[in-house]
Amino acid sequence: MSPEPLRFIDGIAAPLLRNNVDTDAIAPSRVAPASLSKYGYGHVLFANWRFDENGRERADFVLNREPYRHAKVLVSGANFGCGSSRETAVWALRDYGLRAVIASSFGGIFEANCFRNGILPLTLTEPQIESLAGALFETGDPRIEIDVSGLEVRAGQRVTFDFQIPPREHRMLVEGLDTIGETLLRVTEIDEYRERDARRRPWIYGPTRG
Amino acid sequence: MAAAGSTVRPRTAAEKIWDEHVIAELDDGASLLSIDRILLHERSGGVALRSLREDGRKPFDTSLVFGTMDHVIDTRPGRTDRTPVPSGDMYIRGFREEASRQGIRLFDIGDPRQGISHVTFPELGIALPGTTIVCGDSHTGTLGGIGALAWGIGSSECEHALATQTLTRHRPKQMLVSFEGQTPPGVYAKDLILALIGRIGAGGAKGYAIEFAGPAIESLGIEARMTLCNMTVECGAWTGLVAPDVALLDYVSDRPFAPAPQDWEAAARSWLDLRSDPGATYDRYAVVNAADLDPQVTWGTSPEHVTGIGSSVPDPDTLADAEAARRALDYIGLKAGTPLRSVRIDAAFLGACTNARLSDLRVAAAILRGRRVAPGVRAICVPGSTAVRRAAEAEHLDRIFVDAGFEWRESGCGLCFYAGGEHFDPGARVVSTTNRNFEGRQGPGVRTHLASPALVAASAVTGHLADPRDFL
Repeated sequence: MSPEPLRFIDGIAAPLLRNNVDTDAIAPSRVAPASLSKYGYGHVLFANWRFDENGRERADFVLNREPYRHAKVLVSGANFGCGSSRETAVWALRDYGLRAVIASSFGGIFEANCFRNGILPLTLTEPQIESLAGALFETGDPRIEIDVSGLEVRAGQRVTFDFQIPPREHRMLVEGLDTIGETLLRVTEIDEYRERDARRRPWIYGPTRG
Repeated sequence: MAAAGSTVRPRTAAEKIWDEHVIAELDDGASLLSIDRILLHERSGGVALRSLREDGRKPFDTSLVFGTMDHVIDTRPGRTDRTPVPSGDMYIRGFREEASRQGIRLFDIGDPRQGISHVTFPELGIALPGTTIVCGDSHTGTLGGIGALAWGIGSSECEHALATQTLTRHRPKQMLVSFEGQTPPGVYAKDLILALIGRIGAGGAKGYAIEFAGPAIESLGIEARMTLCNMTVECGAWTGLVAPDVALLDYVSDRPFAPAPQDWEAAARSWLDLRSDPGATYDRYAVVNAADLDPQVTWGTSPEHVTGIGSSVPDPDTLADAEAARRALDYIGLKAGTPLRSVRIDAAFLGACTNARLSDLRVAAAILRGRRVAPGVRAICVPGSTAVRRAAEAEHLDRIFVDAGFEWRESGCGLCFYAGGEHFDPGARVVSTTNRNFEGRQGPGVRTHLASPALVAASAVTGHLADPRDFL
């Protein structure tokens, strides 16, 4: 299933201003889903930070405080989403209601997973994040607007930055692209490659021993 | 295009493998790459296969897809589908059902070919040099140790790979990491990669394809090269590899799924042709003098929090990210200035896709032979595959581990990552051959120190973080 198109985000941003927030922390794997589904992971998000051992909210965690509880955007540091390839990290962000994460860099697999699930991984420089965080979190007005189509992020009238996404990934987000369907339009090219390759590297295809 | 192979520009090994797999250059700058092997495990394989089926799609070529059980299965002897991991049997049965329904070969519980993906698939010759390989696991880069271009993907990308036998990707930047000199006794591949991560940081090679080269790499065994490449993701790299050489050909030949005899010569020649051309250029270079390294051990909660065993816990204020270091020391329960060799441990763990191959078990057993685990220390060995376990038993290594006081387990990812099942005690300090020392990685509140099998064995018998060179 392709994700819903993501063209514009308008909502609360929440600060999680630290580096190396890993996917184990975003979606602890001890929190088991009820089925082999890709949906229903909202309660998993940051579970070890959000809840104590009895399942009660920890008052000091940012997403348990107003107005951040309703956040659509997280603002974090370097290397967000490093670690395990688990896509549950992205599903947990999505199912909680988040639509974008702003960071100075991302774990590569996490970043790829975001584009396939309608979550924007938005890369800004460290000084830009510092300035954005100041405008959002030191003014009492943490409302953010992200024009995904137009590649612009705004904190009120105070701070505006352009950002970049590769064209393909941009299209995946704003069109909710069915990437499998698109690739299968090239099935003839794929078959022709495989025929050529099988003559060159016959040991690759149909390994049957063992 | 595949025809790029005829260009005269000198290319790196990773570029050659990439070029060979390009089906089409897309107009948005990405390449459509052919994928030679898709490896599945029960934690993400069943989800991907089921989602694919529910979308009305099916695998493009099931003969190139292989599965095993590793992530959530029980590693205690006498195991069944039941596992301490909540919903674990759902993953196991769901994956088995989908694999059977969709015609995917699965090395299930009880199969002698079962094991941790990144251990068993190269052992079987399913992972081969010069191939593109993907798996729903971030440590898939391990297979760069046998000269494959291999990387971890999420579940949705796995569906794309299954449905099309391709993936789209942007061409990666190239990085050459040279390890000069020879590693001294007591220093291993694990120490090389930990030292590199310490120098460039946990996100320091973001997006790069790393090639490891230099005298210290040439003399590494093939299993050690897999250890090296296993942790490339821990410095943010897309993947890493060691270019094929004659030692690799020896490793691959006669593996059950290796090229048939009539194809062997062509395969071997094509693999040696993948070596980086003289004059190939990289976007970035790093040099580490292997001869200068001490055995490495982590002191914090990121693999970049690492130093030599003879050192002390660093002062956070001397580090680039002082706040993260302070948070790490708070979690790990250590004070700046504490000599690492004085740090007492509660447990020792030898296992995981990083360091649970036969050569790793031999190194640890050489230290454990005739010795006992220190009183109060829990020690566990989880062989990387059923084949490793059996080979170790054939040379009676299991007796050495058991006599020393180690638990001797069935193969799986086991206690490397906590998924709600087995874990070390809250607050326990564990010296571990695994690859991640994140908060809670081996259980709530558990404090993990990453190190080589030798350092883990030495620490197990002394009861504190120890220098393996004292036991050589």
